Amino acid sequence: MSNLVIEARGVGYRYEDGTQALNGIDFELRQGETVALLGPNGSGKTTFVLQLPGLLKGEGSISVCGLAVEKANLARIRAKVGIVFQDSEEQLFMPSVLEDVAFGPSNLGLPPEQAAEKAREILESVGMAAAAVKAPYHLSAGEKRRVALAGVLAMSPDILILDEPTTFLDPPAQRDLIQLLASLNQAKIIVTHDVPFARALAHRAVFFQAGRIVADSELETIVRQFRWGLNY
Amino acid sequence: MHIPDGFLSTPVWVAAGAISLPSVAFYARKAQVALDEGRIPLMGVMGAFVFAAQMINFPVGVGTSGHLVGGALLAVTLGPAAAALVMTAILTVQALLFQDGGVLALGANVFNMAIAGVLAGYLPYSYWGSGSRRRAAIFAGGFLSVFTSACLAMAQLVLSGVPIPAALAGVSLALFVVSALIEGAITVAVVSSLQRLNNGWMRKSEAAGRPRLAFVLVAACLIGSVGALFASSMPDGFEKLSEQLGIAARAWNLFETPLMDYEARFLQPEWLRKSFAGLVGLGLIYAIFLGLGRTRRGRLSRSG
Amino acid sequence: MRHVVLERWSRSDSILHRLDARAKLIVLLVYLVSLATLRDVGSLGIAAFVIFPLAGLPASRLPIPALLARSMLVLPFTLTFAAISFVAGEPERASAMLVKSYFSALAVLLVVASTPTPALFHAASSLGAPQALVVVLQFLYRYMFVVAEQAARMWSAALCRGAKTSRRSRKQSMVAASGMLAALFAKSYQRAAAIHKSMLARGFTGRIPLIELPRWRRADVAFLGVGSIFLLSARLLPILWP
Repeated sequence: MSNLVIEARGVGYRYEDGTQALNGIDFELRQGETVALLGPNGSGKTTFVLQLPGLLKGEGSISVCGLAVEKANLARIRAKVGIVFQDSEEQLFMPSVLEDVAFGPSNLGLPPEQAAEKAREILESVGMAAAAVKAPYHLSAGEKRRVALAGVLAMSPDILILDEPTTFLDPPAQRDLIQLLASLNQAKIIVTHDVPFARALAHRAVFFQAGRIVADSELETIVRQFRWGLNY
Repeated sequence: MHIPDGFLSTPVWVAAGAISLPSVAFYARKAQVALDEGRIPLMGVMGAFVFAAQMINFPVGVGTSGHLVGGALLAVTLGPAAAALVMTAILTVQALLFQDGGVLALGANVFNMAIAGVLAGYLPYSYWGSGSRRRAAIFAGGFLSVFTSACLAMAQLVLSGVPIPAALAGVSLALFVVSALIEGAITVAVVSSLQRLNNGWMRKSEAAGRPRLAFVLVAACLIGSVGALFASSMPDGFEKLSEQLGIAARAWNLFETPLMDYEARFLQPEWLRKSFAGLVGLGLIYAIFLGLGRTRRGRLSRSG
Repeated sequence: MRHVVLERWSRSDSILHRLDARAKLIVLLVYLVSLATLRDVGSLGIAAFVIFPLAGLPASRLPIPALLARSMLVLPFTLTFAAISFVAGEPERASAMLVKSYFSALAVLLVVASTPTPALFHAASSLGAPQALVVVLQFLYRYMFVVAEQAARMWSAALCRGAKTSRRSRKQSMVAASGMLAALFAKSYQRAAAIHKSMLARGFTGRIPLIELPRWRRADVAFLGVGSIFLLSARLLPILWP
């Protein structure tokens, strides 16, 4: 009946020093939908998305694919929500590409051989099969990003979250990423400052400001309303 | 201070290994608990930090500069067991990938720098770290960690029969003192900067669990020495045993080691000779039991 | 960095590269222990221990002069003590030191240059090294260059702002350098926290998953058997037939 994959109500988060990073966030995401999260630095976008797989725990309620984000459900939720972090160096922490992509499937219970096989399949699908035995350190930024995405896709998530995915990517790498993401049918949340990138993938956008969502509508409307570009 | 292979005599590197191996197994197992908290990545990354930190030069005047070794810094921020594990990993990488120190000599280098050096770096802080003498304690830790490991390395070379004339020994000791002073100074400087960034990184200095281990180690060495001295007064039992174990005795002789006849012949003072052999024996037995205990547990956890 | 060469070497291909890492490690240990316990370096007994690594050189298909040269890293330390031993009237000890330390280093280098580092760590783990140590080694190796690069960038940035000019007092430079180290420490700590989040996000349950090691092939077992027997016989020969 409800094809909502994310339902967040009254979400808030307070830092240790007392600053309220998020306040009263209501947010919904439908199956297969792509939404861009825009807003100034420090407005709470990343703090919000980190709560979806339960990496941060704040106030309010969040449910992912019908599961409440609480301790008992974390394992299942983390298999449904895949998050590609801004810094791929910190996301690809295993000594080789293959081991890193196999990390997720192993944690989901696959024995080593099958996890490696799954990893190889996914690397093939993102065009990084040749890099399987390489050390992540030696990859370019674009390659790292694709491997990080592969590591996340290997867990067969329903929702993809990408935090500033175009950081360090040159235009060709950005184009490749757009093509790759467009071919995936998971619901996507893209946190970004890169409006052209957002335009290529999303119609809907949500604008964060000082820890609150101040607008949730069409991407073009928001860009115009908040002058979110260099030509204003 | 990283001893290469080919320098240490067999009893020395075997004994060092006999002490280091079970110790590594011990603090690795302690860290296994930390694995569940996800602290292992922290340890690896801090090891990477120490590696990188050795690239930053500290001017010490008169055209010389020194760099951080890191044992004491790791000890006061991560705690001695984690610090020992990180230092062991660093030494292993240095030996394998940078040809800095030998592979068999790792037993000795780990003992000198990861075990004794870390402990020496931690003890002053654990006793005086919370008082007014905090800076002095941290400086002393840095100083002692480098000085102890260097002296231990020198002792191992001497015990192996490497001729070290008095002049060289004197110069070396002077160099050790200088390096140790540099380490103390850098450690204090970095800790002050760290504390300004975030006080939470320093371990609370409590004399609770850690020093007990140090005292146990020292006590074990003493007991081993005394025990060997007493045991050496009953040579008959061992001779009879070796006769009965004919082949075993022959195999032992095959190595023609200076430990023949249950004595470390190369050492001059009689009492030192016998104690050393006793320590080696004790060390080997200890190693076997600890090794058995570890592999059993390892198998259990791997099948899980 | 010196290490980049080793990385490249370890990922090329040859008969030596294709041997199982565990077999190589075990044979290496047999070699090192046999060589270390050898008393008389002057006799024929040493020949086997010189031939064995030298035979490995062409088998590795790696640049031989470079390998021989890199093993010389051990020489500064060794030559000092060898010279002293010679002068102190112990020439046999001097030659023993030189031969043993050089060829031990060469043997280690051959194994490391023909095996990708992660495979070395996995082999060590399967041969009984404690799991926690292997995981620390893995993460250390993974982030060594990343943090070193960060340090190098910090240092260059400081140089660009006049860090090494003689105008600065020793105390100022000390404060600057320790500030850099502290900043590096802080970044490393934050990095570790971010890595931990990454691990949790992909379902980390408290145990780093083990990798499946390839099965022992006949070639690996043959190398292990023949190599060990050769070395052990070479070691025991001088004793059984003095």
